Amino acid sequence: MAKNTNSIPEQNVLQGLKNPLNRRSFLQYTGAGVAVSALLLTGCDDDDDATGTNMQGAVNLGSGDVGVLNYAYALEQLEAAFYTTVVGMANFATLFPNATERAVLMDIRNHEVAHREFFRAAITSTAASQIIPNLTPNLPASALASRASILATARTFEDLGVAAYNGAGKLLTSATFLGIAGKIVSVEARHAAEIRDMIENGTFASGPAGIRSGEIVDANGLDVALTPAQVLALAQPFIKETINASNLPTT
Amino acid sequence: MNIFNILKEVEKVDPEIFDRLDPRRAVFKHFGGFGKKLAAAAIPVAFGSMLNKAYGQTGTPTVREVLEFALKLENLEYYFYKRAADTNIFASAAGKTAFTVIRDHEEDHVNFLRTAITGLGGAAPTNYTDANFDWTAKGLLGTSTFTDYPTMLAVAQAFEDTGVRAYKGAAPALMTNDAVLQAALQIHSVEARHAAHLRRMRRDMASGVATNKPWITMKDRGGLPPAFQGVYDGEEVTTQAGVNIVGTFNGIAIDANAASEAFDEPLTVAQVNTIVAPFIK
Repeated sequence: MAKNTNSIPEQNVLQGLKNPLNRRSFLQYTGAGVAVSALLLTGCDDDDDATGTNMQGAVNLGSGDVGVLNYAYALEQLEAAFYTTVVGMANFATLFPNATERAVLMDIRNHEVAHREFFRAAITSTAASQIIPNLTPNLPASALASRASILATARTFEDLGVAAYNGAGKLLTSATFLGIAGKIVSVEARHAAEIRDMIENGTFASGPAGIRSGEIVDANGLDVALTPAQVLALAQPFIKETINASNLPTT
Repeated sequence: MNIFNILKEVEKVDPEIFDRLDPRRAVFKHFGGFGKKLAAAAIPVAFGSMLNKAYGQTGTPTVREVLEFALKLENLEYYFYKRAADTNIFASAAGKTAFTVIRDHEEDHVNFLRTAITGLGGAAPTNYTDANFDWTAKGLLGTSTFTDYPTMLAVAQAFEDTGVRAYKGAAPALMTNDAVLQAALQIHSVEARHAAHLRRMRRDMASGVATNKPWITMKDRGGLPPAFQGVYDGEEVTTQAGVNIVGTFNGIAIDANAASEAFDEPLTVAQVNTIVAPFIK
């Protein structure tokens, strides 16, 4: 019964995920993918976005540990932008009349900003010339329209963040950065659990994964782990620049 | 497989690996020659014993030791939830359902770890039963563990937050084995989901701890007894890999509370053993 109330926002988000993906793969098959999609992005862009950098370009994450850090930095940029937008909305208190829920979302906003700024500082001090630029979020209005759609989008981002870090740990060669990834991923998992519980209490570690087929925790009691390519296929529609992860390590 | 390359990789992480293996570094600079003298099939065994020796003596555990350590913690959790989920002291049906879900995950983890340990070869994984554990915590909790709802939730939160920190602390020791490392991370985030839900349950229960968030603020125990302080000591860190997390970014102020919440902190095997010792017979 509770699942029925859940299915509508979930479909919206998944639909939002599918449409741009389909369009992009179609363009790739036309053989004019890069040029045409660059034109489309430029055409769609409203030019008064002051923070946008590298609007039409592809962003290459790079290779080695720095590439993996850039990958995490890209995802944290997206999450921070999403929650900053949500808590800054004029109708935030109307959509979330419960003070505890507002406090939760403000906290998560702060954590994601902290993660983003950590990566910005860490990559700058490790390899300043290789840091990716500020990315431009592409948040569809439908993702911000209601409590249900905001939470459904948040769930996608949090579960995806957990899966991304779980899959990226083995790509790192630095024990220090693996340690940092471990410190962040459990906080993302706490976010994911709370957001899922806000959608439907008790679904913190059960129910459909959403970001892939099957349950969020599998029959071995394991959370989802995804490769960068799998993660970016789902995250790319929310980012205007095209993210290139082809040089990331695979083991 | 080039074992010498693996050792060189380990050296990147642990510059003292060669010294750990043997203080006479020179011997190992000629490891290539050493390898040639061994039958090919014997190399992994010799290599394993070298690593065991290297890390067994210096406090960094082997993969096997990490998995056995995790197995002990998962059994502690499983037998706790097995008893807890069978009680009828829950404030709501949802609470009982949540404990059932978590119990089943812990059982899955026990079985998964036993399979993983078996896969490494060597001695069979350790067997545990309910009789291995002391639910009074050496008398600290008396009979409250399964008769007093707030106590039961408090113990659960302490176990989950400890579990998260334990896996986090062990992860770097698993870097030599991608498959095991990834699986450990996949268990780690499930424990964090459990922790968040238990903290939420304690936040939202009647006469609950309203300030208890799904995440850990500084080293706050969230209303747990002082004996549990060790579960949270060290969580108050606000600097990560030399980066101060506190600051104001595009008008958004990140204070010490937020900075500490944004990063969970690891515990060493020894620290975790100290925390759980009262529950182990």
